[in-house]
Amino acid sequence: MPIQYYIFLSIALFCIGIMGVLMRRNAIIIFMCIELMLNAVNLLLVAFSKMWAEAGKVDAASAQIFVFFIMVVAAAEVVIGLAVIVMMYRNTHSVDINLLSRLKN
Amino acid sequence: MINLVWLVPLLPLLGFLVNGLLRKRLSKGLVGFIGSGTVLAGFVISLLIFMEVKTEGFTSQIVHLFDFIKVGAFTVPFSFQVDQLSALFLLIITGVGSLIHIYSTAYMHDETNEGFARYFAYLNLFVFSMLLLVLGGNYVMMFIGWEGVGLCSYLLIGFWFKNPEFNKAANKAFIMNRIGDLGFLLGIFLMITQFGTVTFGDVFAQVPGLGNNSPVLIAIAMLLFVGAMGKSAQIPLYTWLPDAMAGPTPVSALIHAATMVTAGIYMVARSNVIYTLAPSIQMVVAIIGAATAVMAASIALKQNDIKKVLAYSTVSQLGYMFLALGVGAYTAAVFHVMTHAFFKALLFLGSGSVIHAMGGEQDIRKMGGLKKYMPTTNITFLIGCLAIAGIPGFSGFFSKDEILANTFASSPILWAVGLFGALMTAFYMFRLYYMTFSGSFRGTQEQEHHLHESPVAITLPLIILAILSVIGGYIGLPEVFGTKHLLAEYLSPVFAPSAPYAQEHHLSHSLEWILMGISSVLVIAMIFWAKGKYAAWKDEGQENTGFAKFLEDKWKVDELYDAIIVRPLFSLSKFFQDGIEKSGIDALVNGIGKGVQWGSNQVRLLQNGQVGFYVFAMVIGMIVLLLISLFI
Repeated sequence: MPIQYYIFLSIALFCIGIMGVLMRRNAIIIFMCIELMLNAVNLLLVAFSKMWAEAGKVDAASAQIFVFFIMVVAAAEVVIGLAVIVMMYRNTHSVDINLLSRLKN
Repeated sequence: MINLVWLVPLLPLLGFLVNGLLRKRLSKGLVGFIGSGTVLAGFVISLLIFMEVKTEGFTSQIVHLFDFIKVGAFTVPFSFQVDQLSALFLLIITGVGSLIHIYSTAYMHDETNEGFARYFAYLNLFVFSMLLLVLGGNYVMMFIGWEGVGLCSYLLIGFWFKNPEFNKAANKAFIMNRIGDLGFLLGIFLMITQFGTVTFGDVFAQVPGLGNNSPVLIAIAMLLFVGAMGKSAQIPLYTWLPDAMAGPTPVSALIHAATMVTAGIYMVARSNVIYTLAPSIQMVVAIIGAATAVMAASIALKQNDIKKVLAYSTVSQLGYMFLALGVGAYTAAVFHVMTHAFFKALLFLGSGSVIHAMGGEQDIRKMGGLKKYMPTTNITFLIGCLAIAGIPGFSGFFSKDEILANTFASSPILWAVGLFGALMTAFYMFRLYYMTFSGSFRGTQEQEHHLHESPVAITLPLIILAILSVIGGYIGLPEVFGTKHLLAEYLSPVFAPSAPYAQEHHLSHSLEWILMGISSVLVIAMIFWAKGKYAAWKDEGQENTGFAKFLEDKWKVDELYDAIIVRPLFSLSKFFQDGIEKSGIDALVNGIGKGVQWGSNQVRLLQNGQVGFYVFAMVIGMIVLLLISLFI
């Protein structure tokens, strides 16, 4: 498949992620959208890695190592993020992030 | 002995340091001893130097100590010049100065220990500065002393600094002097650019090369004379001197007789080559001198403060000295400086004795009849009056007569003006004398009870000065008496460089006798007029009217200066304060501060706590960066 397909797909995923973060107020959905953005980038990395490997320029595994890193970091992030959200729900009985602006004052 | 000349100024400087630094520890007796002793020792050394200088064929000697300033080819050495003129001034300063110091030990005895030491420290510093002024071998050294006496006069006039009036007088003296000092300083700068040196000998050697009345020389002479105007209290900068009476009386004596005001005379006499080669400025000097002599004498006619009368008489006598300098009679001017130092110190110290006895009262309308209470003061004061009035036989007669004779030879009009001033001098001095010492006492009962002759530390200097006031004139007997003019002979090497360029005036002996006769007869007539008018004067609350009132108000010169200089200056500073400072610079600085505050208030709104807004801003930023990287 040509590389453009992957690029367009990942742009589409990334934009969906951004729009989700910008527009939704539900913390869990925002969290999911962030994951979506990360995975859009992962997809791009894998696609380019494969492309350059087929062209014989680099080792097949080189960029894909990064993807694993990102996945591990994202997993760790999810652990903390979900814990925060759980605590937030316990305190406010809601996962609406606008409630957090109460910290302002 | 000449090589030890640096000891003369050093001793008073040491006295100043010891008295000044240890003022809280030393007792009054010790302070007085150190203060008077250092100056007296200086007098002894000066006397030895004088003995050496007055020998035949002595040429001026430079005692080089170190280089004060050294820039490229331009050097200002810290050196003392010992010649006939400076040796004579050394004698006057240390001699009269030490008498005044001794007198002060008694006069200032009521001060606190610390005040007493402070007073003597200032007094020693004053003498030191003046010695530096006359000993300096170049104009820069002279200027150091010049500034020093200005500072000391400020400190001493404002000695009783708790009285705001006295502080004002001190400020006035200092500011007036600064105006003159500026002229002197500019004159020195001009001299440096023109001659590349400030050493007396080198400058005077180059001056004749400029030619007669060259513009540069005129400028230098005029600027130096502006300095002399300030220091020696000539029109238009004379008003500080009468106000300087705020200081203790011995200080007035020191300022008026031995130091400070004679600095201007010394400077012009020292620069005689420059002035002789700038005849137009000489004319200015003579006219200002004559005008000052008459104007100050006329003011003195109507003053009622014993010290004010003497102050104006000093201004007037200084006018005579400048008149003499202006007509080229340098010897006569120096002669008058000397005799004036004797009788003016005597008069001031005498007035101090009177004020001391009167418990601080200075108004002569409240005195009278002091003759029987204070016989020594009375006699010595009378001698001082006779000397200043110019009665034949007393010192003032010879010096004043020499000035008037020289003036007549150069311009009879100036002579007439000078004679008029001399007559007024006789009149006001004897008005002062008779109102103070004759008639009946007009003060309070308490004061009368308190009247007494002053202690010996006060009367002894009076007696010595009285003797000097009588005999001081005999070193300068006019040639018509068939004797040699000793002082002229002694000083001739100093004025020799200018002699070839001076215009020669000669009076016939008969004319000189006639002039002498005219002035003597008129002066004696004046004294009798004053006696008739004031010997039995009664205070009937008379108010002066018309011209007399104008004289009592000192020609309203202070008011005039106030109107044309002080008040415009104040309004200008008010404009700068309100217009430039407050609404200009202040507004700009405050505006910047306010602008930053307002701006940050606006920027603060961006931080609104909405996470969504932050993310949105972040995305916008990313898009902008993307667009920039794509299209630019």
